Amino acid sequence: MSFMKTTRRVAYSLVAAAAATFSFQAQAGGHGIDLTGKTVEWIIPFSETGGSAKWANFYAPLLSEALPGNPTVVVKFMPGAGSTKGANFFQEQSYDDGTLIFGSSGSTQFPFLLGDPRVKYNYDDWNVVLASGTGGVAYLPPETAEKMNGLDASGLQGEDFIYGSQGATRLDLVPLLAWEMLGLSVEPVFGIKGRGDGRLMFERGEANIDYQTSSSYLKGVTPLVEAGTAVPMMSWGALDADGNIVRDPTFPDMPTFKEVCEATAGCETSGEKWDAWKAFFVAGFPAQKMVFLPNGASNDAMVTYTAAFEAVKARADFAEISSKRLGKYPQLTGEEAQTAKASATQVPQAAKDFVTGWLEERYGVTLK
Amino acid sequence: MLDVIATALPALGDAWALILQPIVLGYLVLGVVMGLCIGVFPGLGGIAGLSLLLPFMFGMDPILGLALMVGMVAVVPTSDTFASVLMGIPGSSASQATVLDGFPMAKKGQAARALSAAFASSLFGGLVGASFLTIFILVARPIVLEFRTPELLMITIFGLSMVGILAGRVAIKGIVAAGLGMLIGTIGEGASSGDLRMSSYDFPYLTDGLKLVIVGLGIFAIPEIISLLRQDRAIAKEQSLGGGWLDGVKDWFANIWLSVRCSIIGVIVGVIPGLGGSVVDWIAYGHAVQTTKDKTNFGKGEVRGIIGPESSNNAKEGGGLVPTLLFGIPGSGSMAIFIGAIALLGSGQIEVGPAMLKNNLDITYSIVWLLALANVVGTVICIAASGGIAKLTTIRFALLAPFLFMIISFAAFQSGQNLMDLVALFGIGFLGIMMRRFDWSRPAFLIGFVLSNPAETYANQALQIAQSRFRKGVDEGLDYIFSPIVIVLLIITVVSVVVGLRQAKNIMAEGDVQSGTKRAPLIFLLLITAYIAYAFYDAASIPSFSRDRTFPMFVAGVCLVGCAVLIIRMMLKPETDTIFADREVNGDDAEAVHSLWPTLGWFAALLVLTSLLGFILALVLFLFSFLRIRAGLGMAFAASYTALGLLLMCGMAWLLNRDFPPGLLQTYVDLPWPLT
Repeated sequence: MSFMKTTRRVAYSLVAAAAATFSFQAQAGGHGIDLTGKTVEWIIPFSETGGSAKWANFYAPLLSEALPGNPTVVVKFMPGAGSTKGANFFQEQSYDDGTLIFGSSGSTQFPFLLGDPRVKYNYDDWNVVLASGTGGVAYLPPETAEKMNGLDASGLQGEDFIYGSQGATRLDLVPLLAWEMLGLSVEPVFGIKGRGDGRLMFERGEANIDYQTSSSYLKGVTPLVEAGTAVPMMSWGALDADGNIVRDPTFPDMPTFKEVCEATAGCETSGEKWDAWKAFFVAGFPAQKMVFLPNGASNDAMVTYTAAFEAVKARADFAEISSKRLGKYPQLTGEEAQTAKASATQVPQAAKDFVTGWLEERYGVTLK
Repeated sequence: MLDVIATALPALGDAWALILQPIVLGYLVLGVVMGLCIGVFPGLGGIAGLSLLLPFMFGMDPILGLALMVGMVAVVPTSDTFASVLMGIPGSSASQATVLDGFPMAKKGQAARALSAAFASSLFGGLVGASFLTIFILVARPIVLEFRTPELLMITIFGLSMVGILAGRVAIKGIVAAGLGMLIGTIGEGASSGDLRMSSYDFPYLTDGLKLVIVGLGIFAIPEIISLLRQDRAIAKEQSLGGGWLDGVKDWFANIWLSVRCSIIGVIVGVIPGLGGSVVDWIAYGHAVQTTKDKTNFGKGEVRGIIGPESSNNAKEGGGLVPTLLFGIPGSGSMAIFIGAIALLGSGQIEVGPAMLKNNLDITYSIVWLLALANVVGTVICIAASGGIAKLTTIRFALLAPFLFMIISFAAFQSGQNLMDLVALFGIGFLGIMMRRFDWSRPAFLIGFVLSNPAETYANQALQIAQSRFRKGVDEGLDYIFSPIVIVLLIITVVSVVVGLRQAKNIMAEGDVQSGTKRAPLIFLLLITAYIAYAFYDAASIPSFSRDRTFPMFVAGVCLVGCAVLIIRMMLKPETDTIFADREVNGDDAEAVHSLWPTLGWFAALLVLTSLLGFILALVLFLFSFLRIRAGLGMAFAASYTALGLLLMCGMAWLLNRDFPPGLLQTYVDLPWPLT
């Protein structure tokens, strides 16, 4: 039954994607919409203080310059229930005049994939105009890192690891599952408010394993690595055009989890565990943050926003200003964004089932 | 040491050269003025102001952007003093303790004196904080890293021990009040496994828990507003305002050492990441009480009760720069936006975090001293204005109250952008009214609420990490839990509790309340006991492997014992006993012109109208009919005051890009802003 459902949904979305692509090309030279004198509201379902806020605040002024008619772009924060509240709100909105957009994050994607009962939204209804990726790096204290034999992590299997975590159902699922696959016994200490607090816990010597997303790693951990108090263990990697995991372009010298896994006895880069990890990695990192127009958005609006984000990307100084704030990751528009959205939100049922079962068995977390 | 000075001095010189440019100072003053205007509104504070500035930060010259932002952030804990002293409204977490003695002073007609004492202390605290930081920031990193989870837990417990001082005449009542605050603080998803306490996904509002703004406004502001409104008089009892602004400055100078000590407390607590400002003012207040010989005036308008917290809260802002700039971990919501905004400045060359001291020491010092300078500018403006603004306390309260209802409703709505925010405000307000009536310590309740979250999280985390350490060896576990810092804090806490409880009888945070009949206080106690018992049952029904059940069960368990003792005492004692304190029997409330229910009814009407028509339309009806009927104004006056209030509200919301609560009407009809 669920197989049928999935197949049907995949088929529908393929048709939809094809239709969207076709009409996109047909309309590419069309009129677009004019937003002169209007105010674009960009809803971020998190508080003013998180990573999504930084991302939106980075793009908002650039978007304002690039949209036809230079509308004011204001970022509106609607935190609650770990972004579910804002996303549910956006689901209820229908397309009006193109002055409402929404920014989602991995924390919006995961509850959707895991069947959280609070989720009333459906990514299939939303129209993506930008997908921003990121990566992640796991790191260790130097004395522990010495126990790794090259890429082989089996020397770490006897250690008691403590990890400051925001919750097993959030993005932390990806590192927790990865470490478990390597045979490490990592005990997550829950209740920290952000990854920055996790790093602080590591710096205080209370946690002895941690991970940060790329931009936070560059800012917060690189100085520690230089000072000799932290050693990178692995990155999660990045996706190439064929969907294979390759080295992260921001950290070309760092092995990926895939390489470490291959070198470690007992860790498999195939099978249901690996497939589940990869599916959730893809959902959480390479297309972590996306910009959507609401259900029923006109093609003109899609064309306009896509063109605007392309114009932002084409700025002469974009590489410079974005690499510091967003990291060196693809900022996808148009067809590429559609593909990214599809891979981030259409996780095979088997992977979902595995992860829900694992969460319940390992952490006692149920999502019903 | 010489090294330190050798690196500090040139950078300090560079920093001053950057700051002392006319254009930089101009931006600073601009930021200060904007910050003052926004800070006067309770519940908005730095976050709203900074969000307003964000769009302009992109690519701006770093030093100018910093001047503008720092100017704005710096004065919020200064300007929110107006609301706390004049109206009894805690503007932000930084000014909760100021309400305790500031508002009674305003009621005595000494608003200007209270304000200027507060501002002088703020200014001084800011300067002490900046001087201390200039040196400390260079050596702060290793010291801050010594504060691990057990130390953070211990500071939280120390903060909680201030309940001892503010417990009121019946100590157990104060402890139960604090426990109730903690239980209310646990409502919603647990931080550990996300299990729900006292809420359900069918009713999503409570799953995120109640926000401090709502609880602060509800527990302090609403009871005072309602009470004054019932008495139908001005805030200040005497029409002639005694105590000019110069007296306040003199008061501060006479207590300068208290101010120094509290400033240092402020910087130190501010420096420790994770606690933010929530405990600082209570610790400072407790310190002020403990170091005062004659304690009988606290809670009734003791100027030392203002100088203590106000000295600490501006110093704390400076201290908060350490986790923000050195670790990249914001100490508060406004600091988080501040970090984000710094990344937008210039070409993004300032990277907040561990590298800040090495690469941008001059910028770091500029921020520290811009903060201090902004304090000076802000304070001078505030002191200059305090005499005039204090006259507000002589206006008949019926003319002021509807606008206060308007402002606090708007502030409450900003916390969750949900109509339920207003319902929660009303509910907590009602609890506050009852606590005030029966002499249950509201400060104790608020301390419990504020510290509930850190207490639970740190307790769970420390326990979990300690278990892991003990598995490695008993020594390692003991070293982890009983570090020298923990032991010192433990001793301070025990001393403070013992001393505090002995003195608590003299400190009437709720004023002197006469005892009356048995029935009403007993019913209130039974209701509270019932809530606590249900909270216990609710937490106990969370599966036993989840850590989210332990803390609420423990707190509720302790409270239930306290409630049992109180019930027994009520049964044994005569009705003249202090345990039966009831404001409706004697004093101002008993002699009030209007009774409680119709007065509360006005506020309820605003709520109901909002749920039907949306906030702005409801406000039109509410303001006009309140001014016309309750305040007895003529048509023309009522109409023009209403228009004025609306203009203010809409202007503010438009400027800050905020929405108003929609009602039933808005689900059927699409209306243009601000009616949406």
